[in-house]
Amino acid sequence: MSLDVTNLTATEIGRRVREREVSAEEVTQAYLNRIEALDGKLNAFIRPTPELAISLAREVDEKVGKGESLGPLAGVPVAIKDNISVPGVETSAGSRSLRGYRPIYESTVWERMRQQGLICLGKTNLDEFAMGSSTEHSAFGPTSNPWDLDRVPGGSSGGSAAAVAARLTPLALGSDTGGSVRQPASLCGVVGLKPTYGSVSRFGLIAFASSLDQIGPLARNVTDSALLFDAIRGRDQRDSTTVDYPAGPTAEKVETGIEGLRVGVPAELMGEGIHPETRDAIRRVVDRLSALGIQVGEVHLPHLEHSIATYYIVACAEASSNLARYDGIRYGHRTEAAEDLESLYTRTRGEGFAPEVKRRIILGTYVLSSGYYDAYYLKAQKLRTLMRRDFQEVHREYDVLLSPVSPTTAFRKGEKSEDPLEMYLADLCTLSANLAGVPALSVPCGFSAEGLPIGVQLMGRPFEEATILRMGRVLEQELDVPDRMPDLG
Amino acid sequence: MTRYQPVIGLETHVQLSTRSKLFCGCSTDYSGQEPNSFVCAVCLGLPGVLPVLNAEALKISVRTVLAVNGTVSEDSRFDRKQYFYPDLPKAYQISQFEHPIGLGGHIDVELDGAVRRIEITRLHMEEDAGKLVHVEDGGHSLVDYNRCSVPLLEIVTEPDIRSPEEARLYLQKLKSILEYLGASDCNMEEGSLRCDANVSLMPAGSSLYGSKAEIKNMNSFKAVSRAIQYEIERQAELLDRGEKVVQETRLWDDSSGRTSSMRSKEDAHDYRYFPEPDLPPVRVEAREIEQAWQDLPELPDARRQRLINDHGLSGYDAGVLTAQKAIADYFEAALQVQPNSKSLSNWIQSELLGYLNRDGLDIEDSPVSPGSLGELIQLIDSGKISGKIAKEVFAGMYQTRRPPAEIVREKGLEQISDESALEAVVASVLEAHPEQIESYRGGKTKVIGFLVGQVMKETRGQANPGLVNQLLKKKLGSGGA
Repeated sequence: MSLDVTNLTATEIGRRVREREVSAEEVTQAYLNRIEALDGKLNAFIRPTPELAISLAREVDEKVGKGESLGPLAGVPVAIKDNISVPGVETSAGSRSLRGYRPIYESTVWERMRQQGLICLGKTNLDEFAMGSSTEHSAFGPTSNPWDLDRVPGGSSGGSAAAVAARLTPLALGSDTGGSVRQPASLCGVVGLKPTYGSVSRFGLIAFASSLDQIGPLARNVTDSALLFDAIRGRDQRDSTTVDYPAGPTAEKVETGIEGLRVGVPAELMGEGIHPETRDAIRRVVDRLSALGIQVGEVHLPHLEHSIATYYIVACAEASSNLARYDGIRYGHRTEAAEDLESLYTRTRGEGFAPEVKRRIILGTYVLSSGYYDAYYLKAQKLRTLMRRDFQEVHREYDVLLSPVSPTTAFRKGEKSEDPLEMYLADLCTLSANLAGVPALSVPCGFSAEGLPIGVQLMGRPFEEATILRMGRVLEQELDVPDRMPDLG
Repeated sequence: MTRYQPVIGLETHVQLSTRSKLFCGCSTDYSGQEPNSFVCAVCLGLPGVLPVLNAEALKISVRTVLAVNGTVSEDSRFDRKQYFYPDLPKAYQISQFEHPIGLGGHIDVELDGAVRRIEITRLHMEEDAGKLVHVEDGGHSLVDYNRCSVPLLEIVTEPDIRSPEEARLYLQKLKSILEYLGASDCNMEEGSLRCDANVSLMPAGSSLYGSKAEIKNMNSFKAVSRAIQYEIERQAELLDRGEKVVQETRLWDDSSGRTSSMRSKEDAHDYRYFPEPDLPPVRVEAREIEQAWQDLPELPDARRQRLINDHGLSGYDAGVLTAQKAIADYFEAALQVQPNSKSLSNWIQSELLGYLNRDGLDIEDSPVSPGSLGELIQLIDSGKISGKIAKEVFAGMYQTRRPPAEIVREKGLEQISDESALEAVVASVLEAHPEQIESYRGGKTKVIGFLVGQVMKETRGQANPGLVNQLLKKKLGSGGA
């Protein structure tokens, strides 16, 4: 093949498939070959699905052959985080507790992507049940950062981010509960979007924290992200927390520029805890926007200092409940050593979950316990309301809030995995968007001296994904981020 | 028992008559079906599924709240009640804890001619669990999830009930209301109506409640009153001995007629309730509540009053006829054919219900249609057949499902109201009983009853007794007058 499709964007692949310059099967095979060749180094995929991928690609090619009208992403491969249900494909959520489990039903996001001709390449690695910021806490071993194999790709959607960065796939889906799409996107140098809560159906997403989880796209550029977002968003009868999304494709608005937009930089996210190199990179973004005539001001989110505490109470409370069903009675791992019902539960769960998940289940069980509920869970809910108001207040004047995504660039494997608190701090900048339910985008904005990617976060008003994507697109064009590719030999 | 005043509160779980389950599209028509054949990813709680509220279940719940005089919450909410058990696939039950769909309300019952008002605390929606089947000496259990996520409405009373009899009357009235609403089929044996009782005693004249026991596993109205009676006696004995009643959950065993301790307060679950994040708050607009109020059918108390006022029935008869909606419907349908309310009421209570009870049939399955019963009364009222013959005709109707006129014609049971036909019989009876004629003429006029009876006997009951009476009097002359 003269053309290496693995260098193309999703937009470009879609166009070439529609115009019969390349078949969906050729595209799919090229990516499957690259996964086969390189994923041994990365461990981005838990499970490639070559047979499924090829059969889906042939269906697309058949439609192309018949001259059927196809969407922009028909024939484009996508990698799916292994907490999103694809029927018949073993879905582990990175946990031993789900070993052998195959969904008998289809997640809404996969149903929508499938109907639009996207090709599932496989299921990607993640921290167990999406709990983590490094993709080290997986029953399937850690994923490596393509930019430095000794470093983590971020998490929990680390497999998806690493796969996009290493061009093992042009598109991927992740899930973001406290930064799990944006932080790995930032650490791997790709674009990641956490949509507004309620804009993408969670039906078929293995729940971590139901009131915070959102599925989001990862891609090499903003336009591709917008296309994948358009493919999956919108009300779903099967998810009562979804709403009607404002009409019109987001992707078409991406090129409309940012004239007149006002940008606020939360002071709380530019202070202590942010690595100077990252802070400098963000300042350069601000300078560039100012130079473009964009009004940039410092803003305050007064309750942000409580976001880590609030987040870990709410998320763990919900997780303790959501994960209670993994008892080995109907599916997944079941202990060999059950003597009675009690030991069936304790041993199955004791063997199925790794320490980080257990830690969060215990924390969540504690904060919901009688006598502690008011002091922890209820107080956290009140703080959440206050944070949402902080955002509403600031968003009255500012269209976009701009901050780092991660306090640091990709850290070394093992560096934080022994210290949960240190790991929790990695989410400092991203948690508040989940707590407030607002959309947030991570866009590459430069490289560190060590050659590691740095991302900038853009947070918008609810259901104004188009606004942050527009700004992301402008930054892509204006920031002169070197067009580097990780060297995987 | 006069030393202690029993204090009883009831928690009733009502299985709502919806076509599908509370949070998924699975059919609720699983009775008698293969285990685990009425399940889907959602009610099995597979990883990643989400609940969607059944609008019909909400609608029925709203109607029920209104029917027991409660207040519908415009904003209610679902919560997760968490505990581990194999019949609960998500390890939490979606229920309503802090903000139930209904608050307050009351049901009136009549005991010894006086009305007692039982206050209702709250009504809330929740999903049912599956069922564990313990395999005999197999060392393991099986789970059937068919019932999982079937909609329930839990109705909780204040501790207002004072006797097992009141508890039974409350349940009967509640059942009656639910049937009128079409909210549930209320089959206690099949578990579509389940009741737990909180029972405590306080010294007579006191207003301080004692510690209570919660009684579970009562599967019939009779079991409820027996279990409460047992529990009252058990607690009284403890108190008499100077011992304390332990707050605990106790299980009723119907065969031994006893309750036994299931778990104490110390072992009580901490359910760790918290708001269900997968379901938005439930909003019922004021105009929807108003509409539901308008659409409520006539309820048992109102219907009973109407039967008393419009049809001159006694309170007792009206009560029996309206306790079950189907019986009241039957009565009023028959009334359309023959507007003789008292006779219909008697026939339904004595004959029809007697036969149906004997055969274990519901009135909906009665072989005698309301129209046929009306026609039968018509035949009696018009003098075509006697009341006595009518019972024979009814038996024939019940057996063959045929209209009464046909049976009368076929068996030649028509009443003989032809004077000339009867005169000969009357003459022969008089001839055979000269002593009675003597007595009659001597002033013992009651003897005429005997003579009428003889004529009836001769005519195999077909003679018109009124006419026979007249003829006899005429023949005997005015001597006895």
